[in-house]
Amino acid sequence: MGAHWCRAAKLAAPIGLATIFLSATPAFAETSQISPADTAWMIVATALVLMMTIPGLALFYSGMVRKKNVLATMAQSLAAVTIISILWVAFGYSLVFVGDGPWLGTLDRGFLAGMTMDSVNPAAKTIPESLFMLYQMTFAIITVALVAGSVADRMRFSAYLMFSILWFMFVYVPLAHWVWGGGFLGAAGVIDFAGGLVVHLSAGAGGLVAAKVMGRRLGYGVENLSPFDLSLAVMGTGLLWVGWFGFNGGSALAANSRAVMAIIATHLAACAGALTWGAIEWSTQRKPSVLGMISGAVAGLGTITPASGFVTPWQAVVIGVIAGLVCYWACTWLKRRFNYDDSLDVFGVHGVGGMTGVLLAGVFATASIGGTSGLIEGNPRQLLIQFYGVAVTFAWSAAITYVLLKLVSAFVPLRVSKAHEMEGLDISQHGEALQ
Amino acid sequence: MKLVVAIIKPFKLDEVRQALTEIGVHGMTVTEVKGYGRQKGHTEIYRGAEYVVNFLPKLRIEIAVASDLADKAVEVITSSARTGQIGDGKIFVTPIDHALRIRTGETDTDAL
Repeated sequence: MGAHWCRAAKLAAPIGLATIFLSATPAFAETSQISPADTAWMIVATALVLMMTIPGLALFYSGMVRKKNVLATMAQSLAAVTIISILWVAFGYSLVFVGDGPWLGTLDRGFLAGMTMDSVNPAAKTIPESLFMLYQMTFAIITVALVAGSVADRMRFSAYLMFSILWFMFVYVPLAHWVWGGGFLGAAGVIDFAGGLVVHLSAGAGGLVAAKVMGRRLGYGVENLSPFDLSLAVMGTGLLWVGWFGFNGGSALAANSRAVMAIIATHLAACAGALTWGAIEWSTQRKPSVLGMISGAVAGLGTITPASGFVTPWQAVVIGVIAGLVCYWACTWLKRRFNYDDSLDVFGVHGVGGMTGVLLAGVFATASIGGTSGLIEGNPRQLLIQFYGVAVTFAWSAAITYVLLKLVSAFVPLRVSKAHEMEGLDISQHGEALQ
Repeated sequence: MKLVVAIIKPFKLDEVRQALTEIGVHGMTVTEVKGYGRQKGHTEIYRGAEYVVNFLPKLRIEIAVASDLADKAVEVITSSARTGQIGDGKIFVTPIDHALRIRTGETDTDAL
C-alpha cells in the first residue's frame, strides 16, 4: 500500500508539471516563438566569434609582425572591436538586416529603435532580435579587422581609424545587405553560408588594393622581416579555429543538425588545409614550417566558410585540400609575380580562400544538407551564380577601397614617416614598446 | 691573473661549467650573444619569403683565474665545448691588471 502511494506520487509530479507547461505554452506561443535552445547556442556562438577578433586575430597577426609593431597590430584589432560595435548599433544592423531593398536596408532600427524584448528578425525567428543583431555585429568587426593585415607595419593609426569607419560604411554594410539582408545578390541565388563573399573576399580584395596603394614595407625583399614570435600566431590560430565553430556553426542561426554539419565541415577543412600546406613545404623546401601549417589551417577555414552548411564532410576535406594548394600558390607565386607587399597575406589566404570557397560551394552544394544543389548534383547554373557573386564582391570591395584610401589620404598621410616606420609603430603610434 | 673569454654553442654550457668547477674555477659570467664566424648563418623561409640570418645565437662565458690556472681552464673548455662540427666557438685569453671584490674590498687573486 505504502509502496503504491509512493509510485503514484512519483508519477503525479511530472504529470502535474506537464499540465502546468501545457496550459502555459499556448499563451506563450502567441507572443513569441523564441527557442531557449537556439538562444543559448547563439549566445555561445556570438561569444566565440568575438573571441576570433580579440584575442584570436590580434594574436595571429601580431605574432607575424616584427617586435616593434606587435602592440600596434593588436591595437588595430582592438580598435575594430570598439568602433564597429558602436557603428553597428547606430546604423549598421538596420541598414543590413532591416528592410529588403535590393541595394540597402532602412534606418528603421537606427540605434536599435523599436527593438523590444519580444522582437525577432525575419531571418532568425527563434532567437531574440537583440541576439541576432549582436551575433551579426561580430562578423562586421572581424571583417574590418582582417583588412589591416595587408598594411601591417606601416599604416598610421589615425588613417587606419578613418579608413576602417569608411570601409565599414561603404564596403561591408552594402555587401552584407546584398548577400544576407535580402539584397540583389541573395535574390539572385548566391549562396554564402557564413561569409566567403561578405567577410573573406571583401576583406581580401580590400587588403590587396590597400597593399598596392600603400606600397611595400621599407626593406621589403632586402631586409630580414621575419616574424617576432610565431608561437603567438599559433595561439591565435587555435582561437580562430575554435571560434570558427561559432562563425560557421552559428550561421545556421539555430541549434540544429545543420549547425553541427557546418562545424564538422569547418573542422575537417582546417585539418586538410594545414596538412596540405605543410606537405607542399615539406616536398618543396624540405621542412614543414609551423607558419605554413597554421596558414593552411586558416586557409581551410576561410575557404569552407561559404560552403559549410551546404556540403558533406568528405567534400569539406576536398575543399580543405584545394584551399591549401590554391592559397599556398597565392601567397608565394602570385604575390611575387605581381610584386605587392600584402604583409600578412590577407588576399592570399582570405581573399583567394573566400573566392575559392564560394565557387566550390557552387560545385559541391548538396540539397540534403542545405537545400541547394550544385554542379555535382546536376545544377551547373549555381556555379554561374556563384561566379556572379565573386565578380560583384571583388569589384565593389576593390573599387571602393581604392576611393576610400584616396579620400583618407587627402586628410592625413596613410603611412607613417620613414623614421617612424624604422623605429616601429608601437613607440611612434602608441608611445609604448615591448622590452 | 687572466681573463678567459669563450664563445661556445649554447647547449654546451652545462658541460663547460661542470668541467671548470672540477678544476677549481668557482664563478663565471654568461651572456647570450649573436655572431658569426666560419659557420656563417642559415636561411629561414616564411610563406616563401627567404631571409638569410647571418648572426647565430651563442653564449659568451667569462672567467677570471690566477695565471697558473689559465692554461688548464682553456684546456677543459676546449675539451668540453668541442663537438667537432663547424661553429664550436673560440677562446680568447687576456691579462687582467687589477681585480677587486666589491663586498670586502679584497684585491687581485684574493678577489677571484
